[in-house]
Amino acid sequence: MIAFFVLATFPIALIVGGLVRRYPSSARIAASWPAVLTVIVSAEMFGSLSDGPRDVEIAWAPSLGLSLSFHLDALGLLFALLITGIGTLVVLYASAYLANHPQAGRFYASLFAFMGSMLGVALSDNILTLFVFWELTGFTSFLLIGFEHDRADARSAALQALIVTGTGGLALLAAGVVLVDVSGTASLSRMATDSASIAADPSYVAVVTLVLLAAFTKSAQVPFHFWLPNAMAAPTPVSAYLHSATMVKAGVYLVARMTPILGATALWTTVVTGFGAATMLVGAYRSVQETDLKRILAYSTVSALGLLTMLIGVGTQQTIAAALVYLVAHACYKGALFLVAGAIDHQTGSRDIRTLSGLQRTMPLTAMAGGVAALSMAGVVLTLGFVAKEGAYEALLGPGQWRAWLLSATVLSSVLMGTAGLMAGVLPFRGPRKDDGGHEPEWRLLLPPMTLAAIGVVVGLAPWLLNSSLAAAAGAILNRPQTLSLAIWHGFSPALILSGVTFIGAIAVYSARDVVRTLIWRPVFGSELLYVRMVSSLDAISRMIGPPLHSASLRSYVMVIVVSAMAAGFAALSTLPTLRLAARTGIRIHEVLIVTVIIAGAIAATLAKSTMAAVLSLGVVGYGVAMTFLLYGAPDLAMTQFSVETLTVIIYVLVFRHFRNLGPLSPPLVRYRDLIIGTGIGTFIGALVLSISTTDTAARLREYFVQFGPTLGHGRNIVNVILVDFRGFDTMGEITVLATAAIGVRALIRLANVNNQDIGSPISTATSPIFKTGARMLMPLLLLFAAFLLWRGHNEPGGGFVGGLVAAAAFSLYLMAYGVSRARRALFVNPLTLLGVGLLVALISSIPAAVRGQPFLTARWIVQPLMLGTPMLFDIGVFLVVTGVVLMMIFSLAEEP
Amino acid sequence: MEILFALAAGALYTAGIYLMLRRRLAQLIIGLGLLSNGTNLLIFAVGGLTRAYPPVVARGADRLVPPYADPVPQALVLTAIVIGFGLLAFLLVLAHRVHAIVGTDDVDDVGRER
Repeated sequence: MIAFFVLATFPIALIVGGLVRRYPSSARIAASWPAVLTVIVSAEMFGSLSDGPRDVEIAWAPSLGLSLSFHLDALGLLFALLITGIGTLVVLYASAYLANHPQAGRFYASLFAFMGSMLGVALSDNILTLFVFWELTGFTSFLLIGFEHDRADARSAALQALIVTGTGGLALLAAGVVLVDVSGTASLSRMATDSASIAADPSYVAVVTLVLLAAFTKSAQVPFHFWLPNAMAAPTPVSAYLHSATMVKAGVYLVARMTPILGATALWTTVVTGFGAATMLVGAYRSVQETDLKRILAYSTVSALGLLTMLIGVGTQQTIAAALVYLVAHACYKGALFLVAGAIDHQTGSRDIRTLSGLQRTMPLTAMAGGVAALSMAGVVLTLGFVAKEGAYEALLGPGQWRAWLLSATVLSSVLMGTAGLMAGVLPFRGPRKDDGGHEPEWRLLLPPMTLAAIGVVVGLAPWLLNSSLAAAAGAILNRPQTLSLAIWHGFSPALILSGVTFIGAIAVYSARDVVRTLIWRPVFGSELLYVRMVSSLDAISRMIGPPLHSASLRSYVMVIVVSAMAAGFAALSTLPTLRLAARTGIRIHEVLIVTVIIAGAIAATLAKSTMAAVLSLGVVGYGVAMTFLLYGAPDLAMTQFSVETLTVIIYVLVFRHFRNLGPLSPPLVRYRDLIIGTGIGTFIGALVLSISTTDTAARLREYFVQFGPTLGHGRNIVNVILVDFRGFDTMGEITVLATAAIGVRALIRLANVNNQDIGSPISTATSPIFKTGARMLMPLLLLFAAFLLWRGHNEPGGGFVGGLVAAAAFSLYLMAYGVSRARRALFVNPLTLLGVGLLVALISSIPAAVRGQPFLTARWIVQPLMLGTPMLFDIGVFLVVTGVVLMMIFSLAEEP
Repeated sequence: MEILFALAAGALYTAGIYLMLRRRLAQLIIGLGLLSNGTNLLIFAVGGLTRAYPPVVARGADRLVPPYADPVPQALVLTAIVIGFGLLAFLLVLAHRVHAIVGTDDVDDVGRER
């Protein structure tokens, strides 16, 4: 059921988006969906605590090993609870924050889609589906950061976040593919039982690198941390939700999830711990330099993410438990602080701590929420922040490598983070009151931060509430059952002393904040600059190579394609043995004549100065080709080609009355160049024909069709049997293409007639009475002939294609003599109807096979008393489609002014 | 006869590609027409050339005895002819529309106009 609700979030995202767009006030109830999800996830959490983790699986693409399988353990559910719980508050908050925004609908659609994706990340057991959801969070984050897309900074920040986290996502895909290959399963929970062999595999280092690249980019670890402060261009509810409480923690989640699979080596521990510690220091250091409320909080988030990564990297029972407590504490106080910052921004229009002052008098409730959250962030006793920090200190106090360094770094960062918390949650409210001091916002902007701040205090007072769920989550990371006993008071311990030192330090730095801000060194060269240079050099390269390649000139595309095809073709030909010029079939004099006619036609078409001459030359070529077909045992082809050639000439003449002159446009040099290219490709094709036709080709296909055509296909004309029976599905596709082309022709002409109101006269009809009489007499004969061709096609040369062409030719002839309207009347039905009925008939012929569950278009025959079968019905369909297609084209063209 | 087939197909390709590299829309389409004829000859030749024996079982006979022309390329070419016709018709009308809207039949100008 939980899987259903998670997936339902995506359609609901669209529904909510549409609703809010039409009825803006419906945003007030949007929070009810995440509220429902929260209840469901909580229920699942309680269930898993008593009954253990549950697996839910929905098959998606079984042949690819893809399934939507959810592994509902405490670790995933803990994240899911943060996602849904904070999601509820954030959506409620946003309904007031964006109350009058004209595009709020888009916001809710993106935010809900993000929520669904994030739940997918937290609950997926299949690493490949995890990747899909992972990328979806990155994509929705892109949409949300760039929500105010008329601002250039929002666009570039969105793009930056997408590029950085998207690159990591690709690394995750690569890691997933390798992991599936190594472990033979895509299930994360099954991989965890096989960690030893994964660690022993030669690809282990690569997998670790890729996984950590994904985690570090997502969770803004050094050196990828720069995107997160820039992402503050997003509306504040987004910053609070994605870029503090949930999405950025996906990287931490991935590290935690991968710990039982990859985490048993020194490499993993060292790298994760090292990067985490560096991020923690850099983030804390930068946070106290900022003056914008959101950027202060963003850098402190970077620092917190570093601390979490570091604690999980160290990987002892205590550090993992501490990391989980810290995770919950951070989500509460940082979410609250962001929402408070948003409320201040919303009410006063400013986020600058240098100008904000004295807001506690005008916004007392907001001040209370901010103050309490700041105290939790600073780790003051009786808050959840205190419990979390105390846990981290205690865990790091134990013996172990580098512990003293890690502990000192943590204390130092905590001092600065406490400062940042006070700067963001206390400073704006203190000091003298200003005139434009704002006033208390409405309840929807107040309740969410107050709730989060209150949770920090309530759970801080009763930390044992978290014991069972966090112990189960720690158990999932460590792959063995854990117990946890959190308490407010641990007695006078070294950790308590460090907590005191931290708080005093934070107060001290806070008091000296203006000095600190100006004094400390700001890096001049960072990874962001590197990113900017990389992106801009990529831009420069594509600007350099783009225009020549993408010149918007059809001729140069044709040239590039032809020349490269020629090069590849000659390279392939050169590997073949020498061409045998010795002919297999002798040359006869009339054949030389036909080929000469074809070549002469081609040359004439090339040199023609008028379109009419070119069209007639092309016709000559076509008839010549048809003759060769006839001579070489292909009467079906010859008949088809003759009919097509005739119809083509009619169509050309109808269209080419609009083009007249064919004089050369290119200078002679260009024409010589093109002639050389043409000759090159012609030589290649000639050599190809020679080499293929003098080499023995595999006879298997031919023999199969010849053997089974008469027995299975009940037809003596093998070509027709192939078309309507053996390869019927292909033919079905081909007549569909034909139908599409005809509809395209009709649409193009109709469109023009709509735009062009002054309809001139359609083509003039023939005036010769002999032609008119001849056409009238010939038409029934031709139609009879067409029916005859169709009927006998299965056993003798003929069939639906030729029959249809001949039928169309009959009406075309009539059209030439009497004009379009009379030809239309003679046809009785609209060609479009003919075409549709034809497709329908062809489809109907597949029903008997479908009823029996056989493959599509499998033939069914009734041998007695008459030889009847579905392929014959199919051929009738082909006949109707071809007739309809040709007539639709010719009628529309002839009606055109 | 293979050499004659090669000559014919080669000539059709030479002329076809040359015309497709011209700037006139009409020539481009004529070139495509030549090219599809050349391609049909090429595919037809794949099965080897067999004079005068269509792959049709004689009335009363129960099977086809060699020599007979290969039916497989014939089936391919048959649909190719008809599809080629549809494509050509569509292209013609498209070119005509472009000509009417842009007011030029010079391919190089079409890109620049809008």
